[in-house]
Amino acid sequence: MSTVTTPPATGTVGVQPPPPGKGRSGPKGSSVGDVAVSGFSHLFLIVWGAMVVLPLLWVVMSSFKSDAEIIRNPLSMIPDGLHWDNFSRAWSNGHFNDVFLDTIIIVGGGVFFTMLLGSMAAYVLARYEFPGNRVIYYMFLAGLTLPVYMAAVPLYKGIDNMGKILPFLGHNQYAMLILVYVAWSLSFTVFFMHSFFRTLPSTVAEAGLVDGCSHTALFFRVMLPMAKPGLISIGIFNVIGQWNQWYLPVLLMQPESGETKKAPIAQALIDLSVNQGYRSDWSGMFAGLTMAMLPVLAVYIIFQRQVQAGLTGSITK
Amino acid sequence: MRHGKARFVASFLVLPVGLYVFYVLWPYAQDIGYSLTNWGGYSDTQEFVGLDNYVRLVKDELIRKAFWHSVFFLVTVPVFTIALALLFAFLLNVGGRGSRAGVRGVWGSSFYKVVFFFPQVLSLVLIAIMWQAIYRGDEQGLLNGILMKIGLVDPEKPLQFVADPTPFLGVPTVLWWLLLIAVWGGTGFYMVLFSAAMQSIPKDIFEAATLDGATRVKTFFRITLPLLRDSVSVAWVYLGFIALDMYALVYVMTPSQGGPDHASEVFASVINFTAFNKGQFGYACAIAVALGIFTLLLAAVQLRVTRRERIEY
Repeated sequence: MSTVTTPPATGTVGVQPPPPGKGRSGPKGSSVGDVAVSGFSHLFLIVWGAMVVLPLLWVVMSSFKSDAEIIRNPLSMIPDGLHWDNFSRAWSNGHFNDVFLDTIIIVGGGVFFTMLLGSMAAYVLARYEFPGNRVIYYMFLAGLTLPVYMAAVPLYKGIDNMGKILPFLGHNQYAMLILVYVAWSLSFTVFFMHSFFRTLPSTVAEAGLVDGCSHTALFFRVMLPMAKPGLISIGIFNVIGQWNQWYLPVLLMQPESGETKKAPIAQALIDLSVNQGYRSDWSGMFAGLTMAMLPVLAVYIIFQRQVQAGLTGSITK
Repeated sequence: MRHGKARFVASFLVLPVGLYVFYVLWPYAQDIGYSLTNWGGYSDTQEFVGLDNYVRLVKDELIRKAFWHSVFFLVTVPVFTIALALLFAFLLNVGGRGSRAGVRGVWGSSFYKVVFFFPQVLSLVLIAIMWQAIYRGDEQGLLNGILMKIGLVDPEKPLQFVADPTPFLGVPTVLWWLLLIAVWGGTGFYMVLFSAAMQSIPKDIFEAATLDGATRVKTFFRITLPLLRDSVSVAWVYLGFIALDMYALVYVMTPSQGGPDHASEVFASVINFTAFNKGQFGYACAIAVALGIFTLLLAAVQLRVTRRERIEY
């Protein structure tokens, strides 16, 4: 309660009364100032908070309106009735059944293999001396700066050619997209986990080796569990990154004629809004957005501390 | 033991390095090769044309536009996002300095942090589609609707937002509206980042400053800001990449993905358009190489500017 910064005279609100020494000149004007500053702070913070929340709330509220109500009264925050049919329509029109399954397969596989391969490479690069170590490390770092759009044309063509030899690695295939996600997430994962493995004490590793532990067992049984905080950070980072990835699926998940399209969530949303003439079905589009938005926000609110720490921590490393 | 170690190292590296080289490095390398040909993409005929594509690129009006639009975002996205994030982090932490216990968050600061962070966990595509509805060019859009209600916008002439190529301050209006979304989305994340950095500054520094009679504003500019230098430069580097990454918004929101009238072209949209609509893969690769050089130069500048001794406390 910032308003409880009462002047020292009342002194009963649990705040220690200031020592009556003569040297204190500061606190005199500061409590009035504090209230003003804190009120001012809240004003700004609330305005920005409203700017963040209101659009999201507007989308959720609009998803319960009928199309007629959206046209008649687009701004109202309270719908006349709860039109749940918007959701069932969006669910079936947007093929959300398939979309959620596709997303779970692709993001689940992508993140799992990114973490596994990324921490394996990072571990070896961080803790073993061998010729070429630095070269490989800098090779991974090089991928941090260059944007994915740069590789669009050769990647598209390469996947095309690959699909002619190994069909499961061609366009519109789970395995292909998972491998591409992993490859494009490795740079940052290796970079982050490398610095993490460096900080782990080497005495534990030495003790393990003396006890006859193999290098592989040492990694999986000792080092990986010790790196858990780092793994959680970079894991959250990768989940959010791959969940939000839209360009690679748009580029690489083009179905051949007759194939059903496998679309992760971001791509499915693009299809909803850009391609399928959803413009006429506004309530359905709002319902689709709401369905894509609420689960993520719910998970985020439950794990907010870890998500905030994970995301901000992973970029300052 | 020796041999065991070599085999172990190799076995751990072969898959990640293999995947990375095949799906990331090799396409980059191929860009350079293809950029020297006139390859159309849908046939296999390609002739070596030397540097013709690069000569054409320098004169290309579209590339010039994409370049200046990228520069616009590179300047504005970090400046506005960092300024707002710093302001909010400051208000969040120092605004509540009521007790004599030093710096303390305002009441409800963790609530603000949770809310401000929302856009960061939502996918960029979802945000783009949502803002498309907010930016609708008639009275049903959220912004137009509100502005008409309070009488700032004439109902006969609603704002066109991302369909508006007319220049504002010398820059197409559509870019300003896209900028607003980027700043809206990024501020919360960097506020959380800066706020954590502010809280890690030892309290005695602030106490000393207060005893010496420094005002809040002075404390902020003389103590907090210099000590946040590391975080701010990290933020600047990342926001630089985000600024080059505005393509998601352009792709979802603007007419013909770079329009109207090419007013929102960025490098990525030009590459996509050249390769997949015009069928000029060779030329698109030359643009990609140009984008790569641009990015590397940018990274070099950023490393140069942000390199400085760390302050330990």
